Amino acid sequence: MKDRKPKSVFIEGPISSEFIGDSIAKHQSKTTIGAHNIFLGQVRADTLEGKTVKMINYSSYEEMANVTFHEIREAAFAKFDLSCMHIYHSLGGVKAGEICMFIFVSATRRKEVFQAIEYLVNEIKEKVPIFGKEIFEDTSHQWKVNS
Amino acid sequence: MNLTIKYYGLLAEAVQRQEELFWFSQDSIEELLEALYAKYPPLEGMDFQVAQNNKIVPTETIITGTEIVLLPPFAGG
Repeated sequence: MKDRKPKSVFIEGPISSEFIGDSIAKHQSKTTIGAHNIFLGQVRADTLEGKTVKMINYSSYEEMANVTFHEIREAAFAKFDLSCMHIYHSLGGVKAGEICMFIFVSATRRKEVFQAIEYLVNEIKEKVPIFGKEIFEDTSHQWKVNS
Repeated sequence: MNLTIKYYGLLAEAVQRQEELFWFSQDSIEELLEALYAKYPPLEGMDFQVAQNNKIVPTETIITGTEIVLLPPFAGG
């Protein structure tokens, strides 16, 4: 297994559609790729006891998160035959309807990218120390827990 | 030994700090948690994991680092 440098995953604030579009465009020169798959996590306006989530403020134990993201990337490259993989996650405030996570995998053929994306999303949700403070319209808050 | 204890999310709110220096003379994380529960009673009933050297570790683990991190449930993605 090739040792890849740890990449920076965190982006301050929401992930813009321009950033996502540019990432796709950058792969047009890589013509051995035949299949991309993308997962976008979007902040949901959950309602709890009549109050609606306005935004999530993400924080992380970044030192461990960066190590864990690197391990997850390496495991996915070992498990699936991928040409490339990009993972981005927001820190700070992301409003309901905005994108907080962007995972982009590419391979020669489609089968690998479907499996890889599901593996990556599950691993990230389970293993990376990211915390989400859900802020309601009345400025009260609760801490999100992945189900 | 002087340990740095870090708290995140809901735990930081419960103990009203994000980190502290904590003098501790025993060996295991379990013993450290007992000492922290005595200082911060609300912590005892809370759901969290403990990390040492960037890894989640079981509570019977012997402390080898100088930094112990208390992590509430994850919410990434």
